[in-house]
Amino acid sequence: MTTRSRAPRLFAVPAALAVAFLTVPLVGLLARTPWGSIGTELTSPRVLEALRLSLVCSLGAVAVSVVLGVPLAFLLARVAFPGRNLVRALTTLPMVLPPVVGGVALLLAFGRRGLVGQWLDRAFGITLPFTTAGAILAEAFVAMPFLVITVEAGLRAMDRRYEDAAATLGAGRWLTFRRVTLPLIGPSLFAGMALCWARALGEFGATITFAGNLPGVTQTMPLAVYIALETDLEAAIALSLVLLAISLVVLVALRDRWFPTA
Amino acid sequence: MPRTLTLTRTRLAALLAVAALALAGCGGGDGSGDGGSGAAAPGEIKVFAAASLTAAFTKLGERYSSANGGAKVTFNFAGSQALATQIQQAAPADVFASADVPNMDKVKDLVGTPRSFASNLLAIVVEQGNPKGVEGLDDLADPDLKVVLAAEEVPAGKYAKQILDQAGVSVTPVSQEDNVKAVVTKVSLGEADAGIVYVTDVTAGGDRVEGVDIPPDQNVTATYPIATVKASQAPEAAQAFVDLVRSAEGQQVLKEHGFLPPPTT
Repeated sequence: MTTRSRAPRLFAVPAALAVAFLTVPLVGLLARTPWGSIGTELTSPRVLEALRLSLVCSLGAVAVSVVLGVPLAFLLARVAFPGRNLVRALTTLPMVLPPVVGGVALLLAFGRRGLVGQWLDRAFGITLPFTTAGAILAEAFVAMPFLVITVEAGLRAMDRRYEDAAATLGAGRWLTFRRVTLPLIGPSLFAGMALCWARALGEFGATITFAGNLPGVTQTMPLAVYIALETDLEAAIALSLVLLAISLVVLVALRDRWFPTA
Repeated sequence: MPRTLTLTRTRLAALLAVAALALAGCGGGDGSGDGGSGAAAPGEIKVFAAASLTAAFTKLGERYSSANGGAKVTFNFAGSQALATQIQQAAPADVFASADVPNMDKVKDLVGTPRSFASNLLAIVVEQGNPKGVEGLDDLADPDLKVVLAAEEVPAGKYAKQILDQAGVSVTPVSQEDNVKAVVTKVSLGEADAGIVYVTDVTAGGDRVEGVDIPPDQNVTATYPIATVKASQAPEAAQAFVDLVRSAEGQQVLKEHGFLPPPTT
């Protein structure tokens, strides 16, 4: 069945506008890039520090998300426990919640006077705001749902007969998960981690609200862009370019998944 | 086929209705109340003002509106450094009020002659009751004390650094906030133990915070300049707002919010 050339001709105009709308800002960014000084901008201590911190925090957020999120995805996909839909809805909420609201909520929960935070402070002397751990927490809060829904979708789509076969051959649940399920959902897990990582890397609102802004401790790349924009446009552009490049890499890495026929 | 078409049209109509409602809601939410004409009402202005001016200028905005037949004043309160950058990037501002002279200088080609209209001192802000017993700048050096400052790009952060440098006190802040109000917020939430802000922010911070004075010989004076923006579409209205701020009435409102008169030079 061929379906080419069956689109209404009028679509060409709004479609072209959409393409322009989505790409012109990127062109604007590239047009204002100080190519001559970009090397010195990118190797300045503030940029390197923000970049290092962004990598630490975003990878930390992915690690937290994998450790907690994969088991959650597994239970959501396989076990019909009561309230499953509610749990799924609640755990995906951070995806649609404005990140600043997430930051306020995190403060009220994990802040020094927060619901859990005051207890953490009293019992262990742990306070999360203004720490790198706090930045990781803020990023994991907004990014983990991306991993959970992607992995859950992968688990639902896989052919469960392989698991059944493993079970009939005497493999226990843990062995089956490790040797059969995990390899089968590998692509979903990879895509989920990539999405989760990209979201964590770009996190701004929850981080600045919950973790504050201190170079080397909680000032990740997006925060550095925001602060730099107020005094040093060229540094802001240089930092933005780095984030743009990373986004492109993620897009290219996931292209087979998102555009399977291309 | 015709049936689906009708359905789609109905849906489209519903969608448009919702969008129209949402837009109308936005217009009404601004509190002008007098009809939704598309063109800007005469005297409607946008004032870009330092975050520390939030309470005083909101009050002055009300005065301006009632004196000019309900003319609307929209405020953009943020760190002066952010506002200066926005004006450089041709943001639609009519008036700019900065918390320091350097940020006004940054946009000097884009604004009229700046006039000082107020000054301010700085103070240490702590939680109500001062649970950590902060008595002065020296106490801020305690590594167990969580101190939040405004970022050095922000006027309040620059003043705080000046004060600490002069006093020879070395402070490692746990966060450098993007504007002075965020410093007060972190202290009033109990996340930080102390911060350095304007005296007026302590007043505006309400019951959850209190101030610890910084003695005059250690303090610095923040001078606030105001100017009309040359690109303004409503230059008379912009000038009228500046005049109101500098009038006896405006000075009284500023005084009520804890501001000091501008330095006499």
